[in-house]
Amino acid sequence: MKELLKYTLQLADNALILGHRISEWCGHGPVLEQDIALTNTALDHLGQARSFYQYAAEQFNALPVSEKEHFFTSSAIQSIIKDGKQVDEDDLAYLRDGWDFRNTLLVEQPNKDWAYTIIRSFFYDVFNFFFYTELQKSTDVTLSAIAEKSLKEVTYHLRWSSEWVIRLGDGTDESAQRINEAIANRWQFTGELLTMSEAEKAVATSGIGVDLEKIKTLWKERVAAVFAEANLDVPANGWMHQGGKEGKHSEHLGYILAELQFVQRAYPNMQW
Amino acid sequence: MITAEHIYEWLSTVTDPEVPVLTILDLGIVRDVQVTEENGQTTATIFITPTYSGCPAMDVISMQIRMVLLSKGISKVNIENQLSPAWTTDWMSEEGKRKLNEYGIAPPYRKSTNALGLFEDDNVPCPRCGSDNTELTSQFAATACKSLYKCNSCHEPFEHFKCH
Repeated sequence: MKELLKYTLQLADNALILGHRISEWCGHGPVLEQDIALTNTALDHLGQARSFYQYAAEQFNALPVSEKEHFFTSSAIQSIIKDGKQVDEDDLAYLRDGWDFRNTLLVEQPNKDWAYTIIRSFFYDVFNFFFYTELQKSTDVTLSAIAEKSLKEVTYHLRWSSEWVIRLGDGTDESAQRINEAIANRWQFTGELLTMSEAEKAVATSGIGVDLEKIKTLWKERVAAVFAEANLDVPANGWMHQGGKEGKHSEHLGYILAELQFVQRAYPNMQW
Repeated sequence: MITAEHIYEWLSTVTDPEVPVLTILDLGIVRDVQVTEENGQTTATIFITPTYSGCPAMDVISMQIRMVLLSKGISKVNIENQLSPAWTTDWMSEEGKRKLNEYGIAPPYRKSTNALGLFEDDNVPCPRCGSDNTELTSQFAATACKSLYKCNSCHEPFEHFKCH
């Protein structure tokens, strides 16, 4: 089922791109403990991405050739299909172009300062926590197993980012001003997390995917509870960006992929 | 004839490359062992479960399992990755917990995933002096499976194998 493949790729891409963004802090953290916290978190996301990409590759390889040819536009993937070869997790991560990525726009936004990094993780971690909780009930055994495994890791992520939102919001005048600026700029990317794409609707109907309507209220309540403790105001709903789930990205994704994919594109099949 | 008991005995020599006092059996990551024999050729299938999704030790552990079993005369070694049920520190053996503490890493203090609220903290006993006057420095440490503490009595930092 092509919707399941799109869905699996969306989950994989979210995990890979957020993990990559967070890993950019490696060696740049404000203190050693927080540098280590971020790299640990990035590694969890990368591990989750690998599980989803392995499953996506398995689904893609099972498609008839006629469908494979039209699934991705990236020329590097096209040439693998032409050669009659199978794709693997690395091909999916390194050889697809930006418009074949299905991650949400929030996760590709730049780190900027500590407050922007924290708020992006917090908005996403709240989503991820409730999302994986629901995905555990998926009728697809692979997705439910990955969700069960990942939820334990995400529980730690959510605690970490929630505590930092409170520290910044309820900290000094400067930290409060910075986290408020970050919220004002990143809020417009939160709507997409909870808006269902066509692929998401299709898999939710069949009991494989999560009905995002179910977690919308949970997300809002948790964000409001942490913001209340942090003396922060939840912004009004407002206009929200959409498109990442359909492959329409902000300019930032291109820069991420340029860095992430360069070695594999310049030296194909190169290994460590 | 090679039995599952033999395999378990050999697997008890494979240790975690990042926490070398623990064997993979102490960690509870070996979920099942199956042995089949055909035309004098022995095939062993080992079901292992990752501790954390991104744990880099898993690749090394798989390779070590393969090496040990091949060196014992097994013709074919299959290693199956099993995600569900998800690994938990509740599966760690009592012997493993004792060895961890002796090594200077506080063993998991609670059952399963930490259910503490925000900013809440356990007084994990210090593996060096035994004091429970300790405080959490960071939920994340040198490997994904540990958190960082400091002891207010002996003033030494230490790691805690976190509840998962």
